[in-house]
Amino acid sequence: MIRITRKVEFSASHFYHNPNFSVEENHRVFGKCNNPHGHGHNYTLEVTIAGEPDPATGMVLDLKELKDILQREVMDRMDHRHLNYEVPELAGKIPTCENIAAVIWQLLESKISHGKLDRVRLYESPNLFADCTAASANGAGKRA
Amino acid sequence: MKLSLTRRYGFAASHRLHAPNLSAEENKRIYGKCNNPYGHGHNYALEVTVTGPLDPATGMIANLGDLDPFVEREVLAAFDQKNLNEEVAAFRDAVPTTENVCREIFRRLQKFQAAHLERVRIEETSKNSFEIGAEDFA
Repeated sequence: MIRITRKVEFSASHFYHNPNFSVEENHRVFGKCNNPHGHGHNYTLEVTIAGEPDPATGMVLDLKELKDILQREVMDRMDHRHLNYEVPELAGKIPTCENIAAVIWQLLESKISHGKLDRVRLYESPNLFADCTAASANGAGKRA
Repeated sequence: MKLSLTRRYGFAASHRLHAPNLSAEENKRIYGKCNNPYGHGHNYALEVTVTGPLDPATGMIANLGDLDPFVEREVLAAFDQKNLNEEVAAFRDAVPTTENVCREIFRRLQKFQAAHLERVRIEETSKNSFEIGAEDFA
């Protein structure tokens, strides 16, 4: 099996706020990220597809096709957007790196025509990233 | 689908690779430049990966407000700007190779309560890295 990875970057704003928390609780739990005016990041997204190369083309999945999928499903939805207000898939969720990675996984999984979605890695900054991977069949690695 | 969160930290420390039960010649042959008795240092990059269910109230596996001070207290305060051989008790008897540093850091971070420690990865330089997963830690 071969894994191929495509990287894209998008810029977006967000803030963390749970309407069920008090003002003090929001501030305590989310700290600076609770600023109601929001703040932004340059996100880096790495999407990995695993599969066997097609003998006719030598490709697991045409990177041009993957690029188009990422443009349509991720960039058009999230680039230069406010993640709290403008991305319906994140409505009602705190737009953390974990939640955004999970939404991107769900958006991409059914769109991959050759090979399988293997990993979605979303960097919020060079020092923080979330990984979304296929859970193994026996559930290994899940938290007990 | 399984989610994990990785946070990257840094610390600067010195060490010397020397096994006391080996001869001077053997130490020199095995560890080369790293056996220099005066020691040398690195800017280590430390990646800490945690897994666990997303807290629906916060959308987080672990709050960095909990993880950062924990890593600071358990690892960075003890390792940053230190001589690993002289100042970290675990390396009085173990050679502070980055493999052993990974193991010691994993041991220290395993006590984290808010999420499951999945992996510790260390870049000793930009050219070499070492990692230990929960499945490797015995």
